[in-house]
Amino acid sequence: MYDIIIIGAGVTGSSVARELSRYNANICVLEKGEDVCTGTSKANSAIVHAGFDAAEGSMMAKMNVRGNEMMTQLAEDLDIPFKRNGAMVVCIHKEALDGLKTLYDRGIANGVKELRILNREEALEMEPNLSENVQGALYAPTSGIICPFILNIAMAENAAENGVEFRFNTQVEDIKADADGIWHLRTNNGEYTAKYVINAAGVHADIIHNMVSENKIHITPRRGDYCLLDKEVGGHVKHTIFPQPTNLGKGVLVSPTVHGNLIVGPTAVDIEDKEGNNTTAAGINDLIAKAGAHVRDLPLRKVITSFAGLRAHEAHHEFIIKEVEDAPHFIDCAGIESPGLTSAPAIGEYVGQMMKEKMELTEKENWISKRKGILNPQELSFEDRAELIKEKPAYGNIICRCESISEGEILDAIHRPLGARSLDGVKRRTRAGMGRCQAGFCSPRVMEILNRELGIPMEEITKSGGRSNIVLERTKGKNGGEA
Amino acid sequence: MITYDIVIIGGGPAGLAAAVSARKAGIQSILILERDHELGGILNQCIHNGFGLHTFKEELTGPEYAYRFIEQVLEEKIEYRLNTMVMDITEDLIVTAMSRIDGLYQIQAKAVILAMGCRERPRGALNIPGFRPAGIFSAGTAQRLVNIEGYMPGREVVILGSGDIGLIMARRMTLEGAIVKVVAELMPYSGGLKRNIVQCLDDYGIPLKLSHTVVDIEGKEHISAVTIAEVDNTGKPIPGTEERYTCDTLLLSCGLIPENELSNKAGIKMSRITNGPEVKESLETSVDGIFACGNVLHVHDLVDYVSEEAAKAGENAAKYVLEGRQDKDTDHVVTIKATDGARYTVPSTVNIDRMDDLLTVRFRVGAVYKNSFVSVYLDDERIHHAKKRILAPGEMEQVILQKKKLQGKEDLKTITIKIEAE
Repeated sequence: MYDIIIIGAGVTGSSVARELSRYNANICVLEKGEDVCTGTSKANSAIVHAGFDAAEGSMMAKMNVRGNEMMTQLAEDLDIPFKRNGAMVVCIHKEALDGLKTLYDRGIANGVKELRILNREEALEMEPNLSENVQGALYAPTSGIICPFILNIAMAENAAENGVEFRFNTQVEDIKADADGIWHLRTNNGEYTAKYVINAAGVHADIIHNMVSENKIHITPRRGDYCLLDKEVGGHVKHTIFPQPTNLGKGVLVSPTVHGNLIVGPTAVDIEDKEGNNTTAAGINDLIAKAGAHVRDLPLRKVITSFAGLRAHEAHHEFIIKEVEDAPHFIDCAGIESPGLTSAPAIGEYVGQMMKEKMELTEKENWISKRKGILNPQELSFEDRAELIKEKPAYGNIICRCESISEGEILDAIHRPLGARSLDGVKRRTRAGMGRCQAGFCSPRVMEILNRELGIPMEEITKSGGRSNIVLERTKGKNGGEA
Repeated sequence: MITYDIVIIGGGPAGLAAAVSARKAGIQSILILERDHELGGILNQCIHNGFGLHTFKEELTGPEYAYRFIEQVLEEKIEYRLNTMVMDITEDLIVTAMSRIDGLYQIQAKAVILAMGCRERPRGALNIPGFRPAGIFSAGTAQRLVNIEGYMPGREVVILGSGDIGLIMARRMTLEGAIVKVVAELMPYSGGLKRNIVQCLDDYGIPLKLSHTVVDIEGKEHISAVTIAEVDNTGKPIPGTEERYTCDTLLLSCGLIPENELSNKAGIKMSRITNGPEVKESLETSVDGIFACGNVLHVHDLVDYVSEEAAKAGENAAKYVLEGRQDKDTDHVVTIKATDGARYTVPSTVNIDRMDDLLTVRFRVGAVYKNSFVSVYLDDERIHHAKKRILAPGEMEQVILQKKKLQGKEDLKTITIKIEAE
């Protein structure tokens, strides 16, 4: 029996797991995907929001502002690519200028620092590619850009290093409490028991919640389409450019990514299918039309991929982070839509504190607070890189041409705690396959490495677990025609 | 720092031919840098025949064609390094390279020949809507998996795009026992060679649907079906024309893009049409001493022309090393322009004082033209007017300029290549 089971290894579940790994407790994370970061956490804008959007006094506002504050230290401790590039909310209609003041006031009330309202000239000077129609902008220097994969992976890795167990490909099918109040979780991989359960199941959090409570909740997957553009045009804007928000959210942003691409998105369409992360022609067209209103000359010929993510939207547009009233020892982290990525560290901290008090947890003496990321040889000097290759020749063997990722980095991604087992797992950890050719050249080579290092037969290597096998069979029968 | 007279980036057909001709032109110190574990480039996975009809007057497979050149490289004892990635080229011709065995190092070259080839346009760049499951490959990736690694991606195949690799893979997958259900092409004409449409689709009864595209991809983990629809003349899908095909594999053959990351690092001026460097008649780029040839310069449909072009680049690079820069400011340099249906030309300028007696100018057209004329103008004077039964974007065209016809025209500013109805 575990002290605590966390359902979901997305950014929320992983953050909670890391915070709880400080304490003397048996903790297990159950994840239905084959890896961490396979749901909402893998497909979003990757923005660390300043915190002027959420309603004053809301949980969302508190978590956002606190998460933003925590990010610098966390990024340093866990070696996460993060940059405070600043955001601008751009007003293009004179009559809407008051809206900037409303946002500014809300930001101040939420505790956002350094906010400023810019006039047209100031805005254009800071960001020359803004639309001609710009009337003014709200500037938030504390807004940032982060690698959403590494944020999630790093927190999970660190939790694992501190003793938290992770069970992948494990889907919770039913939850019941016994007479002693112990939770029994039925999964496709057998039964798990725990004193406490934390529900961090993203768009599925309602299903998990509704297994134990009569007060039903409903999470609507709100689909957002994105386009990612080539690094060649990553400098088109320097700041994260937002339109003025509407009741459907923060609107279509244009932003550099922390890795130097340009991202455009998301749209917002409420759907029913909790795995409906397919892009649509209408969505992409809508996106292109909307983004063009605030940023001029968007180089859309340079799109290298488009994708869609699902936000876990709850009807009240508020984070639900509390013990379920009619289910003692069952804690929800539900409705974690944007700014969920930003808020993740704060949600971890908050739930960690809550659990510490509830369970009277004691702190470990030897808790490891830091994690070293995968070495990026591109950040080394010529001499250091040459030295590295001399010591470890695998760093001299480039596998992904577009992003210049070496075999050394891929080996590290496979062999570290919670290592990669699929092409997407390697991709999210190293960026191999994330460049302009979108894995055309490197996927056969990454498959060979996975096959060699993990002994997974080529036919069983997947893109992202489940039935996502890359190849079907040998061309000439079982042994490829060899006797 | 190590030094070489000529460093060639890429050991595919272009790099090999350039190396051999540079050696024949008298250069001893040549180094080929190849990122794969063997010479030959993409030809190694092109195991079908049809290569070399122009060069060798026989039909070779890709690896056989490559070996004709590899043999010469070996005979001439030209140095090459495999498994080596070139990381950077500067405008001072310092090449930074890296490999497992040699580590990270720099080479000072007297001339550099770019022969990096091209890559395929991926799904992402096409904005095809739908899910993003496994089972979607660019045709060349599937070709590598089948021909080199020996694995079948799937058994029921739909192909989007009618580029040559897609057509070749339609036949290849069929021969391996797969069912190729349809090839959909967005444009009203094929992007591939006519002979490939006949030999790879028609001969196997595989339908080619022109003016069609994929409008939806189904399958959350693995692809299970695609929907294709007819498009109007602006490329927009026409509602009501959708047809759904179940499949486990979608191959994409939607265009090739010259791979010019290194050219950009060296600050070479690029053509927006070809996505390759702009070159002079000597195939020299805007950076002194850096030459380009093969698919990195512009995408070819026949390897024979790659070899021919690369041999010229090798010869000219050798001349550059042996004689130094010969161009003078007083030389008569003329721009070659492509208009009226011709999309681009390679080269894009010609130095009349320095050119050989004959100069091959290659170009492509932007649409299908039937019974039209390829014309060459010297300013307003038409000097060439040749009827062609058919001109298509998938087939590269050429005209040959004669030095004697250009000499003595001191006021000549522009040579224009255009397509005329009559």
